[in-house]
Amino acid sequence: MMRIYVNGTPHSVEVDPSTPLLWVLRETIGLTGTKYGCGIAACGACTVHVDGQPLRSCITPISSVSGKHITTIEGLSADGSHPVQRAWIAEEVPQCGFCQSGQIMTAVALLEKNPRPSDADIDDAMSGIICRCGTYQRIRRAIRRAVRNMAKEA
Amino acid sequence: MGEMVAIGRRNFLKITAAAGGGLLVGFYLPERASASEPASSDPAAFVPNAWIRVGTDDVVTLMVASSEMGQGVMTAIPMLAADEMDADWSRVRIETAPAARAYFNPLIGQQLTGGSTAVRAFWMPVRQAGAAARAVLLDAAAETWQVPAAECRTENGAVIHPPSGRRLGYGALARRAATLPVPKTVFLKEPSEFRLIGTPVPRVDTHAKVTGKAVFGQDVQLRGMLTALVLRCPVFGGKLAGFEAAAALAVPGVRRVFAIDSGVAVVADGFWPAKVGRDALRVRWEEGALAGLSSALIEQRFQAAARRPGAVARSVGNAGAAEARSARKLDAIYQVPYLAHACMEPMNCTADVRPDGCDIWVPTQAQTGAQQTAVRITGLAEERVRIHTTFLGGGFGRRSEQDFVAEAVQISKAVGAPVKLQWTREDDMRHDFYRPATYNRLSAGIGAHGALQSWRHHIVGPSIFARVFPKSVKNGIDPTSVEGAANLPYAVPNIHVSYVLDDPGVPVGFWRSVGSSQNTFVTECFLDEIAHATGKDPYQLRRSLLKKHPRHLAVLELAASKAGWGSPPPPGRHRGIAVAGSFGSYVAEVAEVSISERGRLRVHRVVCAVDCGMVVNPDTVVAQMESAIVFGLSAALADEITIKDGRVQQSNFDNYPVLRMDNMPEIEVHIVHSAESPGGIGEPGTPPIAPAVANAVFAATGRPVRRLPIRVG
Repeated sequence: MMRIYVNGTPHSVEVDPSTPLLWVLRETIGLTGTKYGCGIAACGACTVHVDGQPLRSCITPISSVSGKHITTIEGLSADGSHPVQRAWIAEEVPQCGFCQSGQIMTAVALLEKNPRPSDADIDDAMSGIICRCGTYQRIRRAIRRAVRNMAKEA
Repeated sequence: MGEMVAIGRRNFLKITAAAGGGLLVGFYLPERASASEPASSDPAAFVPNAWIRVGTDDVVTLMVASSEMGQGVMTAIPMLAADEMDADWSRVRIETAPAARAYFNPLIGQQLTGGSTAVRAFWMPVRQAGAAARAVLLDAAAETWQVPAAECRTENGAVIHPPSGRRLGYGALARRAATLPVPKTVFLKEPSEFRLIGTPVPRVDTHAKVTGKAVFGQDVQLRGMLTALVLRCPVFGGKLAGFEAAAALAVPGVRRVFAIDSGVAVVADGFWPAKVGRDALRVRWEEGALAGLSSALIEQRFQAAARRPGAVARSVGNAGAAEARSARKLDAIYQVPYLAHACMEPMNCTADVRPDGCDIWVPTQAQTGAQQTAVRITGLAEERVRIHTTFLGGGFGRRSEQDFVAEAVQISKAVGAPVKLQWTREDDMRHDFYRPATYNRLSAGIGAHGALQSWRHHIVGPSIFARVFPKSVKNGIDPTSVEGAANLPYAVPNIHVSYVLDDPGVPVGFWRSVGSSQNTFVTECFLDEIAHATGKDPYQLRRSLLKKHPRHLAVLELAASKAGWGSPPPPGRHRGIAVAGSFGSYVAEVAEVSISERGRLRVHRVVCAVDCGMVVNPDTVVAQMESAIVFGLSAALADEITIKDGRVQQSNFDNYPVLRMDNMPEIEVHIVHSAESPGGIGEPGTPPIAPAVANAVFAATGRPVRRLPIRVG
């Protein structure tokens, strides 16, 4: 039995300790906003925050996050009102949308660490997350917009 | 009001009452080009599935029969109906249609999203249905008020009668409207009257996709559902010889292990036990005839096949004779590799097969195909098989296939429970239907004064239609194998395009822009070789040869002008240009590249001009051009499926590297204003990007690029 906190709610989970966090989130807890894309930490669709740090849940055994606080896309806001989500909506970023939870969680982590990223910082942080629809240009724009949103609201 | 359109009897427009007093407008289009089932023109076969539902609560529900895979169709098609019926967009609800004959794509003859056809296929019928709904609602108001219909008009979900200032919402009129006869004619709006069409209406799926709420196939959860993975033979065409299930069954959570047509299914309580169980399986394969296949052997085989004359796809004048008497001759061999689709969401399907029916939740481009697949496996009647289309995490042609549907249905049938079949990324990459590899021999005859006298293009490669629509392969020509080649737009007095169908056995399928994805690379790069050999500017050469193709010419000139063609590029940068018409649209692209001293190729900027006829949603057009360019850039710069020992060597994004943000160029898109009927937008942006980049590399190095992916140095 392991205990994790997901979006502020404690969960006791009884699964094989080698089970990746991704599948505990998706199947045991039922939060399907975090996606399976590659299983080898190569695409970033499974990115969540563990104690505030972005992490690839598809290769993270549940045993290694016991007792930790996990934030998923569902935990960013109840209604899409997080400044990064709002920027994504304003720039009409998603196409198929499958990678966007990972993109948004990565962008949020970037801006929490670095509220005024340069273009190079953005490319650097975001190059780990693949989008086959090619929304990268809009993601760049949305991050710059989120920076402005957050500066205004700070 | 604009154009008056007679509602043909064959359109089967139908107006009925909905439960609870609403209005239903449906139509059924007889197939024009039946690709699968024979067309039924029997009106008795009419299925009254509605396209438009007007509720007494003023909510207008609009159906989308096409799959939303990122291309924005879930927004674009409802815009057509909503505009013609003057609906209040804020009260429009959108539903994904089930599989039914009423939702067939009339250009394809089944319910299938592909070939960039959705807007082209439904542009008229959905607008007509919207106009018919508007007409009966207006008539219902006129009847209610006892005033001439001509004195009434519609606006934002209501009918108004200006002389008396009266107004009734559509909801209040729905019950009466449902009793009125189908109008014999409807008026379609003039483009100047459109309120939604032609405007950047925000996508309806964005909120769900930024909050994690959008349900993709992978996200389907049912009570009592099990998860299955399948171990398939790594060699194409191989068969199961035997397996030892004990180790897999010993994994906690694994329920069943058994053979299905495509391999061995491991059914478990969730993904992880299924995966661990599958890893523990011991299987023997009969690898079969392709066990020795390799990329090198495929190339040799294509070289040999190229000596055969092939079937003639197009012949103008006498290219052979013209070439023989020309002052100069140019020759080149062009080759492209197999490519995987690599949709972000690996293939999956959830099936619940019961004795009395079957429900399937699937991210599919092909609802009719999915339904027929399940009918074949279960023996159930068609109406007992319900298809629930989820969001698609990418499609690109891959999700028009039925392999994953067949597996899920077989497994659910065997275990008697709902089963989610999930492919791993490795399964997805190694068991795809790949973009065909091809081998191309090009030759051109140049006259004494540098004029292009003849063009010969001989294509060798496997055929997609030979498997999917065999009847459409006529006289040895698969139209998809020669598209982008046989329709060469350039004014050359002698043209010969031929095709040798040669299939090494690697499964091939539709990949974004299909034949144009490779043929445009070949033709547009060879044209630059001709420009180079004759000392002409590649852009000016194209202009001189496109005088009879104004739409090609217009996008070419627009892209060149916006890219600054003719002025020197920034230091260290080089430009390349390409143009192509595909799927009813015309796109030109200019790529600006640099090559570092260490040989690193970088694409900095892409300028794109598109003429897709009348535009439904300009922001979607821009997004689809950006998307198609990025998709094509991955293929131009990096992607390649190679074969060794009958197996695909690539397995995941670590060895099939797709474009990431660090290599993302600035893309700018310019839309040509056009009054032509709409063309496709999902695919036409892809064909020109590889040759635009390759031509820029040629400009930089002086060496033509004749093979993809591009290798510099």
